[in-house]
Amino acid sequence: MKEKWDLIIKPDQSLFDLKLKEIWQYRDLLTMFVKRDIVTIYKQTILGPIWFFVQPIMTMLVYIVVFGRIAEIPTDGMPQALFYLAGIIIWNYFQECFMKTSDTFATNQDMFGKVYFPRLIMPLSKVVSGLIKFVIQFALFFAVYLYFLIEGTSPIAPNMMLLLVPYFVLLMAGLGLGFGVIFTSWTTKYRDLKFLIQFGVQLLLYATPIIYPMSLLEGKMKQIMLLNPLAHIVEGFKYAFLGAGELTTYGLAYATVFTIVVVVIGILIFNKTERSFVDTI
Amino acid sequence: MSKVVLSIENLSKQYRLGEIGTGTLSHDLKRWWALARGKEDPYSLVGQVNDRTKKAESDFVWALRDINFELEQGEVLGIIGKNGAGKSTLLKLVSRITSPTSGIIKAKGRVASLLEVGTGMHPEMTARENIYLNGAIMGMTRREISKKFDEIVDFAGCALYVDTPVKRYSSGMRVRLGFAVAAFLEPEILIIDEVLAVGDMEFQKKAIDKIKEVSKTGGRTVLFVSHNMASIQHLCTSCLVLENGSIKIPKSPTHLAVEAYLKGEKDKVADGTFAQRTDREGDQLLQFQSYKVSIDPNQPTQALQSGKPACFQLTYKSNLDAPKQVDVAITISTITGQLVTVMSTAYINRSLIAQPGENKVMIKIPRLPLMEGEFFSNVIVRSGVIIHDWIKEAIFFEVENGDFYGTGKIIENSHKSILFDYLAEQL
Repeated sequence: MKEKWDLIIKPDQSLFDLKLKEIWQYRDLLTMFVKRDIVTIYKQTILGPIWFFVQPIMTMLVYIVVFGRIAEIPTDGMPQALFYLAGIIIWNYFQECFMKTSDTFATNQDMFGKVYFPRLIMPLSKVVSGLIKFVIQFALFFAVYLYFLIEGTSPIAPNMMLLLVPYFVLLMAGLGLGFGVIFTSWTTKYRDLKFLIQFGVQLLLYATPIIYPMSLLEGKMKQIMLLNPLAHIVEGFKYAFLGAGELTTYGLAYATVFTIVVVVIGILIFNKTERSFVDTI
Repeated sequence: MSKVVLSIENLSKQYRLGEIGTGTLSHDLKRWWALARGKEDPYSLVGQVNDRTKKAESDFVWALRDINFELEQGEVLGIIGKNGAGKSTLLKLVSRITSPTSGIIKAKGRVASLLEVGTGMHPEMTARENIYLNGAIMGMTRREISKKFDEIVDFAGCALYVDTPVKRYSSGMRVRLGFAVAAFLEPEILIIDEVLAVGDMEFQKKAIDKIKEVSKTGGRTVLFVSHNMASIQHLCTSCLVLENGSIKIPKSPTHLAVEAYLKGEKDKVADGTFAQRTDREGDQLLQFQSYKVSIDPNQPTQALQSGKPACFQLTYKSNLDAPKQVDVAITISTITGQLVTVMSTAYINRSLIAQPGENKVMIKIPRLPLMEGEFFSNVIVRSGVIIHDWIKEAIFFEVENGDFYGTGKIIENSHKSILFDYLAEQL
C-alpha cells in the first residue's frame, strides 16, 4: 500500500523546485513582515516618515551643486532638480532591494535557526516594503514634476511610455532581489563578499546614467554602458516622464531577459543555501 | 485504528568540526573536482561517533546516526539524553531548519515547531501586532489568528496591555505571550524543545497542562525534549533515549525509558572519582578529583538516612602557585531534576583557602531532611564570579528512610520528599 505523506524531508531535493506554492501559503507572513518594517523603522524618531523625503532632497541638492554647477555635466536640457530626482528615486529602489536582501541570512540567522518558513518570504518582504518607500518618494518626485510641468518653461514631454513605468519598477525590484539573494547565499560561506557589496553598489551608481545622461556617451564607452541592464531601466524611466533619454526596444528586451535570468538563478541558489545555511553561518 | 503520522528512517546528520573559513574553498574545489569526474564525494564518508569527551580524529562528526522511529497520531514522545546527545539536532531536522545528510523524514499534516518562544517578536510593536506576526511566522494565516485572538490574549493574561509595545513587558510576560500564540497553533505535529524551563512555576504548569490537553483532546502528536524528568513523566506517553547521536533505548513506555536512562547515569558516577569527567566547565585552575558521601566519614560509605548526618567530602586540586580564597557549592536535586537546595560555603561565611596541590572540604548536614529516594548533586568551585570547575550531575546518592522526628514513626513514602522541623500545640 502506498501511503500519502504531506511532507517528505530528504537530503536532496529537486534543484528546480521553486517552492512558489508554499510561498503563496505563507503570504500572510509576508504582509506581517512588511508591516513590521514600516511600523518600526521610524519609531521613536521626531520626524518619522519625513525622513523618507529628506534623503532624496539632500542628495538632489548635492548633485545639483557638485555635478550640475561645478562639474557642469549636462542633463539632456532638463531642469537639474527633476533630472537628478528621477534618477535618485528609481536608483534608491534598486539599492534598497539589493542591500536589504543581500544580508537576509546574516541578519535573520536567529529566527531562521528557530523556526521554519519559506526563507524567500524574507527578501520578498523587503522588496515590498521598499516599494512602499519608493511610492512615498515617487510622490515627492511627482510634486516637483507637476511644478515644472505647470510652470511650462522647460521642454518636458511626457509620453505613452508612462504606461511602462510600473514595468520599469518591477524590473528594478527583480534585479535588486535577484542580485541580493545571490549575494546573501554566497556570503553565508564566504564573508569576503560583504566588503565588496558595500562599495560595489556605490561604484555601480556611477556606472549607471543617474548623474549624467546616456546621450553623453559615445563609442566604446557607450557599448559598455549598454551591457548594464540598470542603464536601460533608468533611461526608460526618465524618458517616460521627461521625454529625454534613450529607450530602445532592444534595451528593454535585454533588461527583461537579464532580470528573469538573475531572478531565477538567484532563487535557485537561495533555495539551495537555505537548506543548510544554519550549519555554516 | 491508529495511524502513523511521522516516520523517520535511517536519519543521519553530519557536522563539520572546527572553524569554517580558510580551507572551505579548497574543500569545495576538491569535492567539485571529485564529483565532476564521477567519483565519490571525498568528504561524505569520513566521520565518527559524536563522543565529545574524546578528541576528534577527523574533521567531520555524526551528530545523529541512523535514527529510526515512527509516531502514531496522539502520541507524545519524549526525547531524553545528555547535552550533545543529538536531541536538538533531531528536532531541527524534523522542523526543517536544517536538512539531513542522509535518511528521510515523512510526515502527515502540518508540522510546527516551538524551539523558542516568541520567535521574531519585535520589541517596538504592540502585543496585538506581535501576536499576528508571531502567529504568521509559526505558519498560521491571518484568519486563524483573528479567530483565536481573544483566547490567546486570555491565556497570556495580558488583556490590559494588548496595545502596549512589547518592550515595556517583563520578560515573564513576553514568554507567556510567546507560548500563548504557540499553544493555539493547530498543527497535526508539534515539536517542543526545552522552552518551558523559562517562566514561573504556575506558568510552566499551565503550559504543560495545555500541551497535554492539545494531545489528548485534539489528537495532536507531540515531540518533546526536556531535561526535566518530572515534566517528561507527566506529559509523555513514550520516550526514547539518545546517546552520542544514536538511539540507546528505542521507543518504550515512559517509565521504563526514564528508569533505564537514570540507571545508566547512576552507574557512571558510582566510583567516587571525577577522573573520567571531561565534560567540565570553568577555567580548570582548580579541579575536583573525588568525593565521598556518608553518614560518618570515618565509617565505610553507606546509604544516607533521613534524620542522620549527611557528609559530602570533596577532594580538589589547585593548579595555582599561591593560596587562593574560593567557595565550594553542592546542589541537591531529585532524580527527576527538581532542584531541592544549593549549599555554598559562601552562604555561611565559610570561604576556603585553596592551597597549591590537594585540598579537602566537607559539607555536613547535621540532620538530613530528605525522604527516601534517589538524588544527585552538581559540584562547583568558584572565586567570586569566576568559575574554576563545575561538574553537572557529579554525585548520585540514595537516601533511606530514617527516624527524622525521633518519634519512631516512619513517614509514608507518598508524602514526598522534604522533611521540616515543626512544632504543634493544642490551643
